[in-house]
Amino acid sequence: MFDNLSEKLESAFQGLKGDGKLTEINIAQSVKEIRRALVAADVNYKIAKEFTDKIKDQALGTKNVLSAVKPGEVMVKIVMDEMVELMGGQSVGINTSGKPGIILISGLQGSGKTTFSGKLANYLKTKKKKSPLLVACDVYRPAAINQLTVISEQIKVPIFKDEENKDPVQIAQNAILHAQTHGFDVVIVDTAGRLAVDEHMMREIENIKAGIEPSETLFVVDAMTGQDAVNTAKAFNERINYDGVVLTKMDGDTRGGAALSVKYTVGKPIKFVSTGETMETIDVFHPERMAQRILGMGDIVSFVEKAQEQFDEKEAARIEKKIKKNKFDFNDFLGQLNQIKKMGDLKSLINMIPGMSKMTKNLDIDDKAFSKVESIIQSMTPQERSNPELLNMSRKRRIANGCGHNIHEINMFVKQFDQMKKMMHKMSKGKGMQGMMGGMKK
Amino acid sequence: MSFFKKMFGKKDEETIKAEKAELDKGLERSKTGFFDKISKAVAGKATVDVEVLDELENVLITSDVGLETTVKIIDRIEARVARDKYINTNELNEILRDEIVQLLAENNNTQEIEDFRPPVDSKPYVMMVVGVNGVGKTTTIGKLAYQFKEMGLKVALGAGDTFRAAAVDQLEIWANRVGCEFFSKGMYTDPAAVAYEAVQYGINNDCDVVIVDTAGRLHTKKNLMMELTKIKNSMNKKMPGTPHDVMLVLDATTGQNAIEQAKQFTAATEVTCLALTKLDGTAKGGVAIGISDQFKIPIKYIGIGEGMTQLQVFNKREFVDSFFKKIEGS
Repeated sequence: MFDNLSEKLESAFQGLKGDGKLTEINIAQSVKEIRRALVAADVNYKIAKEFTDKIKDQALGTKNVLSAVKPGEVMVKIVMDEMVELMGGQSVGINTSGKPGIILISGLQGSGKTTFSGKLANYLKTKKKKSPLLVACDVYRPAAINQLTVISEQIKVPIFKDEENKDPVQIAQNAILHAQTHGFDVVIVDTAGRLAVDEHMMREIENIKAGIEPSETLFVVDAMTGQDAVNTAKAFNERINYDGVVLTKMDGDTRGGAALSVKYTVGKPIKFVSTGETMETIDVFHPERMAQRILGMGDIVSFVEKAQEQFDEKEAARIEKKIKKNKFDFNDFLGQLNQIKKMGDLKSLINMIPGMSKMTKNLDIDDKAFSKVESIIQSMTPQERSNPELLNMSRKRRIANGCGHNIHEINMFVKQFDQMKKMMHKMSKGKGMQGMMGGMKK
Repeated sequence: MSFFKKMFGKKDEETIKAEKAELDKGLERSKTGFFDKISKAVAGKATVDVEVLDELENVLITSDVGLETTVKIIDRIEARVARDKYINTNELNEILRDEIVQLLAENNNTQEIEDFRPPVDSKPYVMMVVGVNGVGKTTTIGKLAYQFKEMGLKVALGAGDTFRAAAVDQLEIWANRVGCEFFSKGMYTDPAAVAYEAVQYGINNDCDVVIVDTAGRLHTKKNLMMELTKIKNSMNKKMPGTPHDVMLVLDATTGQNAIEQAKQFTAATEVTCLALTKLDGTAKGGVAIGISDQFKIPIKYIGIGEGMTQLQVFNKREFVDSFFKKIEGS
């Protein structure tokens, strides 16, 4: 996600790589590059300046101490440490205490509040074993209530709405009473989008907050927001003193400077990031991982976590056995593909692997990347799927007709499959499952 | 369509005045922000020196004008300062306006529209609306439909966002509000089929304008971008030459990513015009300047509020004038 920024920082550091040590000249050069990259990444101009000034001081201070280490690496470490600090050190969870816990969602129009409300409800339900209630308090935008209703049906979380009532404070209060009497332990209050400069609407959200006393107030920010992110974040904070920030639309290629600026300006932690349109695409925000990502170091921790979530131990053990016996077949392959697909958007997954973001920059990787392979396998008979060696010319021709790809493509795929199988068999003697992931990338 | 052109030959004086007043009002906040900053930048300075230029650069960047365009503007002012030797800071605003207007005039995208009249002599005139999530596509369509309707045109809206929860309902509410035709196949239907049939519907029902909504999508999602191409092609199949316009809606609060969005959407659907939304509350009218400079695609409409009437035709000169009006008045 932060590809562009990491690239620019990389090129800034490249100037340092050749040099023997950090000097005032090469520090000044790379610092300038870093600042430019940050501003182009929508980091607030003032913040970028302060940030790079800090880095410059630190770099000048460290040059003698660490003369043994490569200057580029020293710079990376300094930037990295500062970045983590800037984004808020440790990750912070949300407060759902209270009977019920009350979460108020606020933000600009189109920042993604309603979708996020749904994701949060789904997250609390599936990961935290809560029983949430969604509350529709956007009484202005056409069909906003319907939107939340559809989402509530999707994730099977009940919704509280009152289409006759135009007073969001009342709706929210009634919802809380309803939650208390019907056994819900968290209510999530979705509100209308509003501009920070709209006095009337800002007073409304103030009143909602005062009327329901939420345990957690969240401010939703579009990750693509420009220089204005700082002003908006500040204005909302002054009015409703929110507890945390949510970054949405992080699956785009935005450089996401907003993430850096917001925490710096208002001193409130970023608690969640939202990375897609399906209800599962919500992540807890980890500042240190994000900093790694920004610096192009990949985010291997998130990747492994995602893999573990979808990981079926029994299935893995079974497959490992098959690989060891060199009996890995098309069914297993299909199963593995499905597991990877469950982990989320492929490109964002691959970008989590250190060093991969550069390689995949111009590559079209998307969720349908596997569809060709799947269509080929699905055109095989059950027998063929469990016995890859059965495939002869006439069978391949039939498969080609079935899946709509030509015979060369079938041949190519079968060949690749064989190679992969051999490779996995070889690797299974050493590394086990870990090596598998590498083989799957085709 | 020529019939309508005769009927609505020129905007009368009063409408023009009213529109200008509203634009001024809508941009009041952006203006204040912009000018406060500039006056702070030059406070206590008699002449334009390096420091003033630095501050000016800061002001332009924080107004989301964008790095590239800012550098261009600063270079021009620097050149002018070098030429005219002594420039008073009082003149700075005047010069800045001059340079910005000139910079924008040099661009290829000068074909500006005067009013909301459909630019193409076709019945129906077909427009497809695209953009990332949450920029205000549906709202802009509603406002635009209202404008067409006001001109006495028969308008149909096609509900091509069949993906986002309740998107179809949202458009239908707008259609009812405006009082225009509405075509939908319901949620989770093939948007290309909706687009095709919406054009068909427009032809069958003697509509003057058909506007087709699409689901918001991030420009990085290859498949979804390909879907847009397909939607566009399906319209062209129904009625060659359509859609006459593909309008990309951009959110004025978006930062530098807007440029990437425009690039990617153009690659997928040959965007012909832009609409810039949420210009009222951003304190960042500057993004319109950056976009006008960086793109060959003209900004056609700007959204300056949530009301049905708060959509305007974009005029560079007027916009920059409006941006700088405060100075003239004072």
